Amino acid sequence: MSTALVTDLTIFVLALLVGIEVIGKVPATLHTPLMSAANSIHGIVLAGALLIGITAHTVVGYILAFVAAFFAAANVVGGYAVTGRMLKMFRRKAAPPPAPAVTEAAPGAVPAERQESVRS
Amino acid sequence: MSSFTTNMQLVYVLAAACFVIGLHLMNSPATARRGNQVSTAGMAIAIIATLVLLIHSGTVTAVGWTVLIIGALLGAAAGLWSARTVQMTAMPQLVSMFNAVGGGAAALVAIYGYIHDESAPGGVLGSTSVFTVLDVLIGSVTFTGSLIAAGKLQGLITGSPVMIKGGRVINLALIVVALGSAAFMLTTASLPALLLVVLASLAFGVLMVLPIGGADMPVVISLLNAFTGTAVAMAGFVIQNWALIVAGALVGASGGILTKLMADAMNRSLANIMLGGFGTGDTAVASVVAGDAQIRSIAADDAAIQLAYASKVIIVPGYGLAAAQAQHGVAELAALLEERGIEVSYAIHPVAGRMPGHMNVLLAEANVPYPQLKEMDEINPEFPRADVALVIGANDVTNPAARRPGTAISGMPILDVDQAQSIIVVKRSMGTGYAGIDNELYANPKTSMYFADAKKAVAEMTAAVKTLVG
Repeated sequence: MSTALVTDLTIFVLALLVGIEVIGKVPATLHTPLMSAANSIHGIVLAGALLIGITAHTVVGYILAFVAAFFAAANVVGGYAVTGRMLKMFRRKAAPPPAPAVTEAAPGAVPAERQESVRS
Repeated sequence: MSSFTTNMQLVYVLAAACFVIGLHLMNSPATARRGNQVSTAGMAIAIIATLVLLIHSGTVTAVGWTVLIIGALLGAAAGLWSARTVQMTAMPQLVSMFNAVGGGAAALVAIYGYIHDESAPGGVLGSTSVFTVLDVLIGSVTFTGSLIAAGKLQGLITGSPVMIKGGRVINLALIVVALGSAAFMLTTASLPALLLVVLASLAFGVLMVLPIGGADMPVVISLLNAFTGTAVAMAGFVIQNWALIVAGALVGASGGILTKLMADAMNRSLANIMLGGFGTGDTAVASVVAGDAQIRSIAADDAAIQLAYASKVIIVPGYGLAAAQAQHGVAELAALLEERGIEVSYAIHPVAGRMPGHMNVLLAEANVPYPQLKEMDEINPEFPRADVALVIGANDVTNPAARRPGTAISGMPILDVDQAQSIIVVKRSMGTGYAGIDNELYANPKTSMYFADAKKAVAEMTAAVKTLVG
């Protein structure tokens, strides 16, 4: 087993453990954006797709590079865009349109309850 | 590896660190957006570094640049367009499509790597080839599996389990063929073996997802997400790139955790889900409700009185709510109640939507503030204090039968709706949920059934509350 391979395996295992630790803390409320964010992160395969270009000098190589670049770019750009779009919708308070009542009504009880339930 | 490419690995490590920090920031809705930005920045760094590597290598041909740039631009446009236009109810399909293209791209990286090595003089097959083979296998399975999952979610393919005669035998044969040719690939440079592995894996992906029912999609998407991550990590081993290895491992961990959470929320093992056939109605069921039960039916006015004079209301939304497009109506009703000083919160079961956390996104889109969205463990102790539990479009996750042994849903964690002082269930008919059993909640003396379409019912209740409190 080469040193490079051992290094790669070490990185893989450690990253897996970090992932389990970090993702275990994400609340269920955000599981859809989390999955979408994870989705955009695996769009890093675009780097792999682009690197094909270094050695691709045949028709088959070009076709594979084209399809891989197309797939990976769709993944990465779409993934980040849709995650951002979703996260923008998560608001602490109901936003302008049908909302003015929320802040006026129940001055004491409701806001206090809200503060409490915000995770630190 | 030249010293230049070695140094570039450091840039990739920086990108990987951004991914970890980005995911870490997702531990709260307040910081999640910043997390996504950090992650995006990491991705930009990695892609720029890759372009620098390409230019530095000096071996990318004019045709090579053209196909890469056009391919990437077209892909980016397609991704952006679908991200901008997708309905939030269709989010699971989109995530599934991104799983498909991600897994597909990872497989292509390995396929290219193998073809390139194989065509080199003497057929160099180094230590990475076991990863090459794994990447091709997992990537191809993910590609077709995710396409089928997306098709099922979109309704292009029937959501009910498709059982093919002898499907398990065919699957077994495909696994044998795929693994056999994969082993052959390791020892001998052979393009036909590669082709066999790809075809068998693609077919296996289709047959793996087809028999799985629509209600199990949260688990399937999570699992395919984990597969994609693993495939990308394998691609990282193939091209010895740390960013791919770390990113793939992170996604693999994320998908794995979500798969387990979803399976636990349904109290079913992964093996049981993958074998499929759930919800086909052939399970023997011991039901208590049946005919002798007293079902109380109410109209909008009575429901409105209960709601308007409550001090604490818990809304229990299920996918039926989203299917009826009633989320905005519910948010309006909740805002109206809050205006009267009533404490409103939402009890969200982990499998309330079509993917992990889906219901939260649907309600957030309807302008529901996220502090009102409560997870199952958080809200369950609050039910006894609730004057009204308003169940809309949720069924099996509220069935007290889950607490007894011997039913189809025994042991499944449920929302303790029956503990509330009174219960209003909005439902179109007495039909059963995915588990195919009667809901004992409906026979509870505290329960009133409001038979109507969710959207219509919510609008009627809102109007009735308005007239009532004028």
